[in-house]
Amino acid sequence: MFDLNYMPLIGILVVVVGFALKFNPLLVVTAAGLATGIAVDMDFIALIETFGEKFMNSRQLASFLLILPVIAILERYGLQQRAKTWIANIKGATTTRILSMYFVVRECSAALGLLSLAGQAQTVRPLLAPMALGAAANTHGDLPKPIKDLISAHAAACDNIAVFFGEDIFIAFGAVLLMDAFLKENGIAGIEPLHIGLWAIPTAIAALIVHLVRLARLEARILNMIAEHKSKNVLNAEEAIS
Amino acid sequence: MSAPVNDNTVNNTAIISIENIYLLIGFVVMFLVVKTLQDKQHPKKYTTALFWFLFGNVFLFGDLSVNLIGESLTYQWVGFSVIAIALLAGFGKVSMGSYHQPSEEQLESDAKRIGNKLFLPAVLIPVVTVICTLLLSNVNIAEVYLFDQKHVTLASLTLACGVALIVAWRFTSGSPFQALSESRRLVDSIGWAAILPQMLAMLGGVFIVANTGTAIQDLVKLFISPDNRFMLVVLYCVGMALFTMIMGNAFAAFPVMTAGVALPFLIEGHGAAAAPLVAIGMYSGYCGTLMTPMAANFNIVPAALLDLKDKYQVIKVQFPTAIALLIINIFLMYGVIFND
Repeated sequence: MFDLNYMPLIGILVVVVGFALKFNPLLVVTAAGLATGIAVDMDFIALIETFGEKFMNSRQLASFLLILPVIAILERYGLQQRAKTWIANIKGATTTRILSMYFVVRECSAALGLLSLAGQAQTVRPLLAPMALGAAANTHGDLPKPIKDLISAHAAACDNIAVFFGEDIFIAFGAVLLMDAFLKENGIAGIEPLHIGLWAIPTAIAALIVHLVRLARLEARILNMIAEHKSKNVLNAEEAIS
Repeated sequence: MSAPVNDNTVNNTAIISIENIYLLIGFVVMFLVVKTLQDKQHPKKYTTALFWFLFGNVFLFGDLSVNLIGESLTYQWVGFSVIAIALLAGFGKVSMGSYHQPSEEQLESDAKRIGNKLFLPAVLIPVVTVICTLLLSNVNIAEVYLFDQKHVTLASLTLACGVALIVAWRFTSGSPFQALSESRRLVDSIGWAAILPQMLAMLGGVFIVANTGTAIQDLVKLFISPDNRFMLVVLYCVGMALFTMIMGNAFAAFPVMTAGVALPFLIEGHGAAAAPLVAIGMYSGYCGTLMTPMAANFNIVPAALLDLKDKYQVIKVQFPTAIALLIINIFLMYGVIFND
């Protein structure tokens, strides 16, 4: 029998409860860090030092801030409006088709290692989301906020899912090298990064199929939501008259 | 071509070095702090400015401070800054300000006047980044490289943003300074979410020091029945997904779950093939990444960027795909890893 040490798990509890009660995530995460450190008897100053060290060493995560001035100035001169107009001129452009095409291109290019070709800040916000919204507005007219949010969230999801399930096919990607190093460290011989990359392909194809099917059904869902919204408006109008 | 290196030390002098990129981010953030202080209608002007000042400080003076007063003291003041940042955000002291927004008609007419050239700078960012990464990564003059050799993509991205800013200036007549001022609207709408990814990296660091991974490993082992192959596969895949949801990162979950479950019970116990096991195991972790607010840069920052009312909506949209793929992974793994 071994004694299970629950103390290091206290931070997870803080995170789950904190997020569930909708406290500010920065506060929740910091509290979880403090609670974990104190629970395992870390010296307080050493704990603060760990905070500082990890925060300093992960500064590259803030690099998306450098993209924002470019996006901001383009939006100031009508980038989103232009994206919508441009899509309106393409016959047969629908939300589903735009998102599906992006998904396929993004997953394939990620499989070739071209991860930095797109991203949430550089492509989804300025281009993909406005185009998907533009296509929907083109067929349905002005969109209410919940439908806009649904389409935008789908645009963001497309980028994430496509890149995640494409990238592990590329054998020089960090995850593949990490798996390879792990196997070698643990004395398992005869596995090459190429094998790992090949075994990523079935799931990558499954991701493509599952998500394209979901995107195909998005169009009908948008239609339903709009019908619902309109009938609600008609009801409201009738009430206003009577 | 660069000359062969004679000695064993790798020279890391670079024009676009990671330190210089941090300095640049620091200057951008400090510029926004000044703009926030000049915003007369800002409801929480001083606390919002303080929030971004504390953040920008780490970028502007972090490396300098390490050189001057050493790592230990630097990490301490950064650590206390982080706590102050969390308190400011946690008690609602950070907010949007006021911004000069052109009317919809103005935007339409500008867009019409400039036309499709508006897309060019946006498209240039990824294209220039990829071209630089592929072609210019080794460019150097007397061992002074153009790009930081350890951060080629990030350095290329920085250069690409600079190029895009200049091209945008040419087409829109909006100068880089105006671009910086305009970016305050975006940065403020992202707000605290911009800092969450780094906070999570910090929490992950504390978890490592506290051996949280080992505790989870012990917890998972309580559920193991070593002879039931299917349940072992389920435990490994679901374990990868759950652990990833907790840590926000499949890379952190992978060594712990693979060493704890896959290696002793599946590979050694049942002779499972290692390559499909780890490949599908990692992808099960990615399913977890799609479902957790802890992977903030993928799930929360985009919700803020896209101005979604519900900050968890991206996760909600990803949820069905993630669950479907997790189930597919379990059956796929069970179907292919055993040879007998």
